[in-house]
Amino acid sequence: MTVIQEGTVTAGNVVSARRTRKVAAGISPLRPRKSRLLTGLMLLYLVYTLVPLVWLVISATKTQSDLLSTSGLQFGHDFALFSNIKETLTYRNGIFLRWLGNTLLYVVVGAGGATLLATVAGYGLAKYRFPGRRVVFAVVLGAIAIPNTALAVPTFLMFSDMGLTNTVWAIIVPSLVSPFGLYLMWVYAEQAVPQELLEAARIDGAGEFRIFWTVSLRLLAPGIVTVLLFAVVSTWNNYFLPLIMLSKPNLYPLTVGLTQWSNQAQGAGADPIYNLVITGSLLTIVPLVVVFFLLQRFWQSGLSAGSVKQ
Amino acid sequence: MKIGHRRRFRRLGAITAALAASSLILAGCGGSGGDNGSAGSGAKASPQALDAALKKGGTITYWSWTPSAEAQVKAFTDEYPNVKVNYVNAGTGNDHYKKLQNAIKAGSGAPDVAQIEYQALPQFALPGSLVDLSAYGLDSLESDYTPSTWAAVHVGDGLYGLPQDSGPMAMFYNKDVFDKYHLTVPKTWDEYIAVAKKLHQADPTKFITDDPGDPGFATSMIWQAGGKPFTTDGKKVTINFQDDGSKKWTSVWNQLVGDGSIGQIAGWTDEWYKALGDGTIATMNIGAWMPGVFESSVPGGAGKWRVAPMPTYDGQPATAENGGSTESVLKQSKNPALAAAFVRWLNNGNGIKPFLEKGGFPATVKDLNDPSFVNKPDPYFGGQPVNQVLTAAAKSVVPGWSYLPYELYANNIFGDTVGKSYLAKSDLNAGLESWQNALVKYGNEQGFEVNK
Repeated sequence: MTVIQEGTVTAGNVVSARRTRKVAAGISPLRPRKSRLLTGLMLLYLVYTLVPLVWLVISATKTQSDLLSTSGLQFGHDFALFSNIKETLTYRNGIFLRWLGNTLLYVVVGAGGATLLATVAGYGLAKYRFPGRRVVFAVVLGAIAIPNTALAVPTFLMFSDMGLTNTVWAIIVPSLVSPFGLYLMWVYAEQAVPQELLEAARIDGAGEFRIFWTVSLRLLAPGIVTVLLFAVVSTWNNYFLPLIMLSKPNLYPLTVGLTQWSNQAQGAGADPIYNLVITGSLLTIVPLVVVFFLLQRFWQSGLSAGSVKQ
Repeated sequence: MKIGHRRRFRRLGAITAALAASSLILAGCGGSGGDNGSAGSGAKASPQALDAALKKGGTITYWSWTPSAEAQVKAFTDEYPNVKVNYVNAGTGNDHYKKLQNAIKAGSGAPDVAQIEYQALPQFALPGSLVDLSAYGLDSLESDYTPSTWAAVHVGDGLYGLPQDSGPMAMFYNKDVFDKYHLTVPKTWDEYIAVAKKLHQADPTKFITDDPGDPGFATSMIWQAGGKPFTTDGKKVTINFQDDGSKKWTSVWNQLVGDGSIGQIAGWTDEWYKALGDGTIATMNIGAWMPGVFESSVPGGAGKWRVAPMPTYDGQPATAENGGSTESVLKQSKNPALAAAFVRWLNNGNGIKPFLEKGGFPATVKDLNDPSFVNKPDPYFGGQPVNQVLTAAAKSVVPGWSYLPYELYANNIFGDTVGKSYLAKSDLNAGLESWQNALVKYGNEQGFEVNK
């Protein structure tokens, strides 16, 4: 689990690191000032962030007996990465692949749906005036303040009444709701989509849907990617909700599955498989890292596109 | 203006990412309230009703994390092809209980049969979530089990499961370490303290044992010392860590915790397994199921470890149970007779064999007395017939122990109370007292009458 959280932390760092760069560039765009202190601090921070990742990669190359007998940041006697990966993928009839598939399903449908809903709703709230807007605003802000963990047990009881526990819907439906994403899109749409542009489009005879799909959506792209990133990360790392909603290992996402493997090391009849837990964790964060690298491009390039002088 | 807003927007994003990360860490503690259903007993049925249910067949769901569960279910369905068992590993220990508790609270979704540790049994039995198996005449099986495990599956007068295994404690010790430092195997706790100090002085990186503060271990140690801190009578609960037994234990353990001659590595972590293999930990006082763990997961200790009776206060044999589980039938079960028949097969029938094959330690008298089990030399332990020591331990468990009806909660807060004394290497008695205060307060909030 720790390993997975590290992944999230790294994600946060990407955001803040790039912000720092922008800010620094903003001070003097032509000749950026160099500060040894800041560079040193950044290096320190980089090491701090990367050490767990390095540990994970090194540990994933060890056999279980090397894991238990050698120090964490040096390689073991055997290089077992590939046999570990093979064993992880085939342990208990390949349940890991099943969990990976489940996580992908939850992320694609859940995070994708959450982003879509947040975009449509945020745009609507930002660009149209209608009665009840303020109420929606208050509800959304209030919803952001409630941690998902606090809602998990009541959601469980509700879903249990509806007979939805132990189904994929128990994970997907709650993931579709992202008050934070909605708020983000709302704020973003207010700034990124100029009212003048909408009016111009209306004068040209475009309908509201066409305006949304052909004009606004493009302007919103950077915001959408941001919301998508947050939704993907939080769904990918979602742990507590599936933990209480699901009792069929066939439906587990990776987070819950790996915890189960890890807990196998406890008590009477303990059967530790630390090498598989670690290799599984490494495999679990790889797709997330890839997604970040891929989406980063869109995120950057979209920022200055489509602005209108006001 | 616009850029300024974007920047703010991004900063917000970064902050939220950090928040999201930290809320992940926070996730993890669920409530464990008990709803009070009636513990009504149905009409008395006979063991023949179970045979009839097996003949009729049906489908049941079974939740367990026992390593042999899959093999047992397969053997069962081979024997009774018209019964379908959905075997689910819903998690180990707390994860499993959380799900079980949620399903009970929700009124649906619970399995027909669930593994429940002895320490957690009152928590599920008292609110009426489990079926009293004496309704199916299973109380006639008493003579098949050791007295301590038979007592452990009872809550009040009800029989809420059949014992799957037992964990009478014994002392596992690393003979290599003992030989190297010329230590003698201690028979009393006074000798144990002397050995501990001698070892730690000779090599400060070695510890007589490892105990970072573990509720299961502490309660077992108090049990061995004759303490009975928890008594429950209906809604009335008494918690008393100031009895002689508890004080006897802390007077010994304080001396070891106080000067750091006990290691404080968290149990069941990779570091702990490592320390068991490389001689860092010289002894473990732990349940009789431990040989299986050693053999499968501590390859470095092969040939080095031996087993001796647990040290006692007066040199007379006395031990306690440490761990162990039962299988219980849930009230929610739609086919309780079939579920009870499955439990009987698991823990009183042909299910025992696959359980023992996976290294389990039995609770059944017949298996504990079986010469081929008792006298089997164990190559991991240098050919020592370890079961001679372990089965003898099963016969010297101090009687009269019972767990709290909210033991799982108690375990959860052990670290915040007694654990602090461990960390500060200070008086464990003070820690036990704050544990007691917290438990009294919680119990009264939950509707029990604690210490009133």
